[in-house]
Amino acid sequence: MDPNQENQHMSASVALDDEQRIRVLSPGMLVFKRFVRNKLAITGAVIVIFMFAFSFIGGLVNPHGQTEVFRHYQPFVKEYAAAAFTDQYRFTPVPGRTLSQNTQNAFNVAAARNAESFSADGETFMIEVMGEDFYLIEELVPFAKVTSVRGQLVASPLDGHTIPDGFTSAIDSAIKAGRELFEAGGDKYAYIIDGREYAVFTGTPVCVVVKKVFDLPPDSPALSYHFVMNAMLAFQGGDPSFEAEGQTYTFDRNDGGAEIYGQDGLVAVMSPLAIKEYQPGEVMTLEFKAAVAEAIAEGTRYFELIEDGEVVEYTLEDQPNQWVIRKEMDTYLIKTYGPPSLEHWLGTDANGMDVLTRLMYGGRISITIGFVVVLIEMFIGIILGGIAGYFGKWVDNLIMRIVDIFNCIPTFPLYIILGASLDQFGVDPTLRIYYLMLIIGLLGWPGIARMVRGQILSLREQEFMVAAEATGLRVPRRIFRHLIPNVIPQLIVISTMTLGGIIITEATLSFLGLGVRYPLASWGNMVTNVNDPYIMITYLNTWVPAGMLILITVLGFNFIGDGLRDAFDPKMKR
Amino acid sequence: MRNYIIKRVLLSIVILFCVAFIVYVIMRSLPTSYVERQAGIKAMTPGSTRTYEEWMDLLNARYGLDKAVLPGYLTWAKDAVRGDFGESWAWNMLCTDKFKDVIWYSFALGAFSLLFQMLIAIPLGILAARKQYSRTDYTVTVVALVGISMPSFFFAALLKLTLSGQLGWFELYGMVSRTHQFMTPFQQFLDIAWHYVMPLMTLTFISIGGWMRYVRTNMLEVLNSDYIRTARAKGLPEKRVVNHHAFRNTLIPIVTIFGGTLPGLFSGALVTEQLFQIVGIGYTGYQSLIQGDIPFVMFYMTFMAVLVLAGTLLADILYAVVDPRVRVA
Repeated sequence: MDPNQENQHMSASVALDDEQRIRVLSPGMLVFKRFVRNKLAITGAVIVIFMFAFSFIGGLVNPHGQTEVFRHYQPFVKEYAAAAFTDQYRFTPVPGRTLSQNTQNAFNVAAARNAESFSADGETFMIEVMGEDFYLIEELVPFAKVTSVRGQLVASPLDGHTIPDGFTSAIDSAIKAGRELFEAGGDKYAYIIDGREYAVFTGTPVCVVVKKVFDLPPDSPALSYHFVMNAMLAFQGGDPSFEAEGQTYTFDRNDGGAEIYGQDGLVAVMSPLAIKEYQPGEVMTLEFKAAVAEAIAEGTRYFELIEDGEVVEYTLEDQPNQWVIRKEMDTYLIKTYGPPSLEHWLGTDANGMDVLTRLMYGGRISITIGFVVVLIEMFIGIILGGIAGYFGKWVDNLIMRIVDIFNCIPTFPLYIILGASLDQFGVDPTLRIYYLMLIIGLLGWPGIARMVRGQILSLREQEFMVAAEATGLRVPRRIFRHLIPNVIPQLIVISTMTLGGIIITEATLSFLGLGVRYPLASWGNMVTNVNDPYIMITYLNTWVPAGMLILITVLGFNFIGDGLRDAFDPKMKR
Repeated sequence: MRNYIIKRVLLSIVILFCVAFIVYVIMRSLPTSYVERQAGIKAMTPGSTRTYEEWMDLLNARYGLDKAVLPGYLTWAKDAVRGDFGESWAWNMLCTDKFKDVIWYSFALGAFSLLFQMLIAIPLGILAARKQYSRTDYTVTVVALVGISMPSFFFAALLKLTLSGQLGWFELYGMVSRTHQFMTPFQQFLDIAWHYVMPLMTLTFISIGGWMRYVRTNMLEVLNSDYIRTARAKGLPEKRVVNHHAFRNTLIPIVTIFGGTLPGLFSGALVTEQLFQIVGIGYTGYQSLIQGDIPFVMFYMTFMAVLVLAGTLLADILYAVVDPRVRVA
């Protein structure tokens, strides 16, 4: 609309003192107008409304809970496996045989003494040295009986064995030399004197013993005797390949070991290393073991493998007697002190909880405690102050002395004592909040009672109270319907200002660990972690927002209280 | 006037006895494990000549805990009136001796803080009042309200973060440096003063708001009074009006309140001392409170109540003394 037009319209139709021109505002409207004109008060109102929305609506909209702990997978360099040169013999028996632990132990002792035979469990075994740390254990089976017929040795074979050429001359020379073992036709034999006869035994292979470790793919059956035997023979002989059970295998040699390839690729890794996983249940692939053996053989301390299409880095660390292989592994960890991210706008705290969510729930608790405490204080303060102010005389005197006493009790130390005693009683965190409200409320009312009493003392002398008395109204009605409503402006101002103070008190108590307790959030207990200097300096996102919210909220309430006081009492603003 | 003071003092004593009684009842209703634990610790202490049971009986008898609440309180009160508050459990010395050890640290903190508050708040409050609704006025009001709304622990944390953590000027807490004992007396004084800077800043900032607002409101009231208008009307320069006529009248209520805060200088700052580990009465009191040291807590609480009563009394008396228009009945 054209402003000129409006002016013309106004001046034409309404005279200056026209009743329509003077808008009569109700006292409440006047207060509201004055309040709205106050910039600080409006700022305060906006802050408080925002805080309410943030705490109460934000908590509803937010998908997370205040005690929800967040976890995530994080790459974490962890010990994965350890490798060491083995000094133990590994036994691979022929099919259908097993070697008892006693026998293995007896072999170990015999091998250490370079003995040619040993006994265990009532059986005698022969040891044939096939190479370095490579033995064949043979079992003695009856082969032949040799009798001496007029100075001539006659051998009669047993159980389908055939006597090789030169057998008798070999045993003859052995007997004469006093040796118990002899060779004939490429095989070894042993004899024992059995009366006038010689019982000759021959060895059948029972077990191949090597120090080298044959690593296999996970869950594959143990290697056969022939495979180990042939592989070792071929490896010693420098052959590029060997045969076992009708298949041909090829070597890819390195220092001290080899990778063994079959038709389908890598089938086994032969190495002087024993590789063990760090975590029980961790499954190591054959490729991994091959890479470890190769890295150690070549003296490198780093290798990469492609696992599930991703490059995984491994590092080796020399330690006394062993190498530790470390791997960057994804570990399921609690997200402690997570940085601000899209998922967690303000990051996560020491317990892996979302800071923003906890701020919302903490705000709920802080603001609710503030309001409930103010209501308790108002309830007690209005009743006691009203009664004292209305009746005067000894009632007033009595109540005011009680007020003096409560005013004199050091409240904050008392909160601390009571907070600490709640610990002693082991009160549940949720229940604790109600106790906290009661404690603060029951100790904080004297200020309100004093103010109400003072106001009522002057109000009760006014004419409208004489009128109320003349109408015959009962005393409670006179106090609470006619006097108290006149104190409401002051009550609103004082309770708004008190509210800020209560929020600070609650926050300080919670900060000291005596108010709202973990796992429940409150703005005060979220700042507690500044007690650790490292966290204070490093993880600002966990405590600064909580402190700022306390400050801003209390500031908001104080702005409003200040604005309200000016609005209700315009004399102060000239 | 004399009668008024005597009446008030007598009333204060009655109130004090009631307050001490309430605190005593609360302390007595707490779990008794405090005494048991203390007896256990004392019995275990090397050189202890008494067994646990003997300590229990002794402690219970010493603090009147073997009696019912009322006789127990009367026993305590009888000793307390004679200045015997017993031996503190937490500090292993007489409550009054511990008090003498620590009180001056708190007093120094309180006194310097009050001094700075006055030095900053009075000029700023007057400035704000003289230029009401100006930008200066708004700034002062907002700063004052921020000070009132600031939780002390948060401000202390911010100071520690910036001045100590990032700039490295101060130590995070403590009253003396590590090398304190090797310093000359003057250096030792400077060392303690340096450690007092952050606690003083904290205390001053959180308390200054109230003073600023109070000064501003009073100055506004004075500037709008008739005698200021008269002073201006007779052509006095504005400087003289403000500095002589207005300022002196503003001082009346300020001096009253100031007098009321003087006893509070001895009350220490519970949270601030705890945060900066200033071993004053607030720190000592806090440690005793959380450890359930009944003798020292009783002493501390009674002392606090005495300070509040003394403050109110002093303020009321000063009100009459400073402003001759006030006549007390």
